[in-house]
Amino acid sequence: MSLMDMTIAAALDALAAKKVSAVELAEAHVAAVEALNPRLNAFITTTPELALEQARAADDARAKGEAPALAGIPIAMKDLFCTEGVRTTAGSRILEPFVPPYESTVSARLKAAGAVMLGKANLDEFAMGSSNITSGYGPVENPWQRADGAKLAPGGSSGGSAAAVAARMAMGATGTDTGGSIRQPAAFSGIAGIKPTYGRCSRFGIIAFASSLDQAGPMARTVEDCAILLREMSGFDPKDSTSAERAVPDFRAACGRGVKGLRIGIPAEYRVEGMPREIETLWQDGIDWLRRGGAEIVDVSLPHTKYGLPVYYIVAPAEASSNLARYDGVRFGARIEGKDLIDLYERTRAAGFGDEVKRRIMIGTYVLSAGYYDAYYLKAQKVRALILRDFQEVFAKVDALLTPTAPSAAFALGEKMDDPVTMYLNDVFTVPASLAGVPGMSVPAGLDAGGLPLGLQVLGRHFDEETVFAVSSVLERAAGFAHRPGVIAGGAA
Amino acid sequence: MSLDHATVSRIAKLARIRLDEAEVTRMQGELNAILGYVEQLAEVDVEGVAPLSGGAQMALRMREDEVTDGNYPDRVLANAPERIGDFFAVPKVVE
Repeated sequence: MSLMDMTIAAALDALAAKKVSAVELAEAHVAAVEALNPRLNAFITTTPELALEQARAADDARAKGEAPALAGIPIAMKDLFCTEGVRTTAGSRILEPFVPPYESTVSARLKAAGAVMLGKANLDEFAMGSSNITSGYGPVENPWQRADGAKLAPGGSSGGSAAAVAARMAMGATGTDTGGSIRQPAAFSGIAGIKPTYGRCSRFGIIAFASSLDQAGPMARTVEDCAILLREMSGFDPKDSTSAERAVPDFRAACGRGVKGLRIGIPAEYRVEGMPREIETLWQDGIDWLRRGGAEIVDVSLPHTKYGLPVYYIVAPAEASSNLARYDGVRFGARIEGKDLIDLYERTRAAGFGDEVKRRIMIGTYVLSAGYYDAYYLKAQKVRALILRDFQEVFAKVDALLTPTAPSAAFALGEKMDDPVTMYLNDVFTVPASLAGVPGMSVPAGLDAGGLPLGLQVLGRHFDEETVFAVSSVLERAAGFAHRPGVIAGGAA
Repeated sequence: MSLDHATVSRIAKLARIRLDEAEVTRMQGELNAILGYVEQLAEVDVEGVAPLSGGAQMALRMREDEVTDGNYPDRVLANAPERIGDFFAVPKVVE
């Protein structure tokens, strides 16, 4: 197997057996980033010197017998995680000059575990989008290709992370998921990704979008690799008021549990009108695979599913309008001078934010404003409670849920841009789990008629990622997804 | 319910985002499309339902009220667009 096709699990074995060094892995991946990033734009900032320095340190630690869990594994860091001394933009021009004086907890944990950072991965501006088209640093191209040659979106908002992993520029990546931003790009790019339970990974140092929804998670080419990364990313952090004080289980061990005796729910409301036949078929395949593995399949109902998106498009912009008030040109970030302080604020924010971010700040400002708060924000919070109740009721009867990840395969850059609502519909299957805070994973499971990857989503109970990994592993083995994108490190473009 | 031009201008003012007239008009259409979409929540009966503010299935923790961090003004000010000594600097606010 080529170095570039290695899984994290295989690379850790090869490193331990001294068949490869961390420096060799880093050099190969740095070269892949240099070769492919000018085309794919998966990274906003690359950090080749840092990667090589961290790789040398990993090799030194291993020589002394002190290698931590991820020593020498090259990863991409979504550019939403603050990294001390390395520019962090959140995909926004307003943070173009921002070099954080501190490190996010998740990236600090990965650093301490010996992971090698290749660079900061591109994303939709402030993680607001499902396409990477809203990035202030240009869109990411999906390494998968369609027969008509149109450039495809990698999904979003963690699209740079997904593209980097799919194109073999990185072995794994960090993502964040607010309404589907790990799972949908994973599905569009033919890789795996998990949004753990809200509270599992610390939010400290992750640039905030919607704080009651934002959750970090890993993206990688296999379910097991996600399990390996998540273990290092997780854990209690006193710096995050909603961080869960819970022990971190051995997620990797859970991958081998199987599904014998598990009850898997199939929610009727996820069978939406106009969904492509291939997605219906793939979903049925998934049901058959789990049944064959010994699971019992149960039809269930989550009656408030269709209200997930409208709730999300009130709650997330409301929180965003509050969180993004801090970008005012005074303490950090870009500034446009004005004749007075208000003028400075207004010009700075007009120049620094892109259209989608402005739209969401405006919607959020409106739904929180005097006279409209009850009709919009309070109402949305109540419906959110009903969505959580739906999940609690079905999880009293079943151990996990199986659904498609997204209602379509990757679309072309420029498609679905007619109005914001069309783009928002991409997240119809991922948003309810975000609102309820339950864990969800996307597993690459098949191709559509045009040869583009499709994902299946597994949802689990709060803090039961282990069952999610167990079910996802069975799907992964049964699907045997071995397809590779057209644009790939070391391959023909 | 539909937002008029003046209301969109007022929201932009509240959000401290400068928009020109053409942008207000474009934004008006986009915001109304989004508000039209979320309108469907009106049909949900939420009688007696307590609002849910967050995804965390837990109560917030208490901690000792003490200073545990700080005293590094240079790091805090390192990204300031303009500073004077240990202060962030802005245009004159009071005459």
